[in-house]
Amino acid sequence: MALLQTTGIVKRFGGLVAVNKISIALEESRIASIIGPNGAGKTTFFNTLTGIYKPDEGQINFNGRSLLGLRPDQVAERGISRTFQNIRLFGSMTVLENIIVGMYTQLKQSAIDALFRTKKFHAEEKESEKKASELMEYVGLKNVGNQLARNLPYGGQRRIEIARAIAANPTLLLLDEPTAGMNPNETEDAIKLFRRIRDDKGITILLIEHDMRVVMGISEHISVMDYGEKIAEGTPQEIRTNQRVIEAYLGREAASTKD
Amino acid sequence: MTQPMKTFFSDLYKKANQGPWPLIITVGLLLVGTITVYQSPRSLAAFLTLMLCPVMLYFLKINIKVKIFMGLLLAIVILPVLGIRNIFYLEVIFQMAVFAALALGLNIVIGMAGLLDLGYVAFYAVGAYAWAIFGSKQLSLLHSIPGAAPAGAEFSLAPSYFWLFLFLGVGLAALAGILLGLPVLRLRGDYLAIVTLGFGEVIRVLALNLDKPINLTNGPQGITPIQRPPLPPGFIMEPIRNLLTPIVGHAPTDAEFYNVFFYLLALVVILIAIGVATRLEDSRIGRAWAAIREDETAAIAMGIPLVRLKLAAFAAGASFAGCMGVVYAANRTFVSPESFSFLQSIGVLTMVILGGLGSIPGVIFGASAVVILNIQVLQNFSLYLSALRQSDAVIPLINFAWKDLSNQLDPAKYQKLVFGIILIVMMIYRPAGLIPAERRKRELVEDIE
Repeated sequence: MALLQTTGIVKRFGGLVAVNKISIALEESRIASIIGPNGAGKTTFFNTLTGIYKPDEGQINFNGRSLLGLRPDQVAERGISRTFQNIRLFGSMTVLENIIVGMYTQLKQSAIDALFRTKKFHAEEKESEKKASELMEYVGLKNVGNQLARNLPYGGQRRIEIARAIAANPTLLLLDEPTAGMNPNETEDAIKLFRRIRDDKGITILLIEHDMRVVMGISEHISVMDYGEKIAEGTPQEIRTNQRVIEAYLGREAASTKD
Repeated sequence: MTQPMKTFFSDLYKKANQGPWPLIITVGLLLVGTITVYQSPRSLAAFLTLMLCPVMLYFLKINIKVKIFMGLLLAIVILPVLGIRNIFYLEVIFQMAVFAALALGLNIVIGMAGLLDLGYVAFYAVGAYAWAIFGSKQLSLLHSIPGAAPAGAEFSLAPSYFWLFLFLGVGLAALAGILLGLPVLRLRGDYLAIVTLGFGEVIRVLALNLDKPINLTNGPQGITPIQRPPLPPGFIMEPIRNLLTPIVGHAPTDAEFYNVFFYLLALVVILIAIGVATRLEDSRIGRAWAAIREDETAAIAMGIPLVRLKLAAFAAGASFAGCMGVVYAANRTFVSPESFSFLQSIGVLTMVILGGLGSIPGVIFGASAVVILNIQVLQNFSLYLSALRQSDAVIPLINFAWKDLSNQLDPAKYQKLVFGIILIVMMIYRPAGLIPAERRKRELVEDIE
């Protein structure tokens, strides 16, 4: 059975149908992408998956259980982590703290443990600190643990956001335009990182992306959205030659003159 | 601050931190302060010198054991003794401790969790009225008209119940915090500020009007007398009294002992408050609060339940105020709605922002500075100006006699103006506060290669 299965998701904002009957199925340990022109409803779709928006119609099943009606924090607890299109780090916290916040659902300490500084508290804090440094290195950053997140360069912030997301030990990782604003070298590194995350940790990855090199280079499955609807899906090979996809990206006119 | 001035101060700080200097400075301040305050108990300069000692103790690098020893010596030996000589100082320090506890509580709500609360004093009122109603004769006056107390009304509880109410105050205020939190959880920023402001007023107006249908709060006249907890029995007090008599020059009265007692009690509460605040800040809860403050959307996506943590912030912040409210009611033996006005909330907010939003040493320092400024420095300043008006002095340069100044321009009325100017200058030159918040640095990071 698919890890994530949505059937007929509809999200309306007043008269605008931002997401129109989207059904996707995502197998475990896959890397899949959602692509589409600006305003196609990709991020809105992510937001309905993670509980930020309530879908008007449709079903979302994750790991065999429905996600409908859950708050975003409950969705996160079920094992879905995400990053954001415009980086949303906790700017005035240190890099390590950002990653440790990502472990929120994993930590067991209570307020009582914190107030009385129990053995359990110290052990857990030390453990999470160690784990956070390891994750920081895993995404390719060194010796920046004590810096404030907002002082990191752009590429570093992207990496930290990913480290924070995988700190929660998720089954599914949603990446919203993770390579936006990166130069070709950084993009190359990012692609390798995504593969590693999937291969080492078995985390399923669903990403929204504009950069076709990233999408075609990494995805095993691609869904294409336009005006809120899914217009195509398949392997990168199939998508590349799909007439409707070309039309959506280039416009009907341009697509027909190209032939 | 200009660049040369900045480097001047950091150079000075470095020099003061070398070799024996930290010890010389702090011990010097302690000795000079103690002796001058002892010699001239009314001198403001002497008191400020003494107060500079704990500040320097905090900033300079000294062995932690020496720091604690000097701090304790100052707090539980020198200040009480000097305080009995001039009771006003204990009052100043008591107020510093009360407001520092309030500032610490408000700092949890605003500084750590980022929820702007303009009605914070309401929780202080809850604690104060809790002990005021049960620790006075009010319960036997429930059916009488305010002000017309029948003779023979009895105290409803023994004074030692005060200790129980110290804890009840914490619980009641935390409960009030949750009650306030529940309806406002969906609100952010300005909207939240307005609702909390309203809540603060609601509590004050309740206190003002709950003299009918049953007389619970005695309305605008307030409740008095409120009982104080009993002092230790005579066989403990007498030796202390005898010991102190030659030092302070007279046999200390019970009233003076009560001042010392409340000062020490406030000190204990503030120490607990500091402990709770620091330990919460550096834990899963504190990090979650900081995450909510920085970015709610990202925080909830990390699995942080907003509702529960915001309620926890309101409750934790309120509990500090509730506890201090009980102490305050017993100390004053009188509470009235006037003490819990909107301006009080703003005052505490000022201390938090002036000291450094989110910074625990900062808000304590901010609270102390504002209290000293308001009830000592500016008071002295306006007394000085008033004295000038009585004299033949003239304003230099424009050659205008102080005497001829119109009553409308009475300089004594300028106390708040000066305070306002200080606030504005502070916010321009140190927008992050006197001691800005810092994130804890972790050492482990560099170990892993």
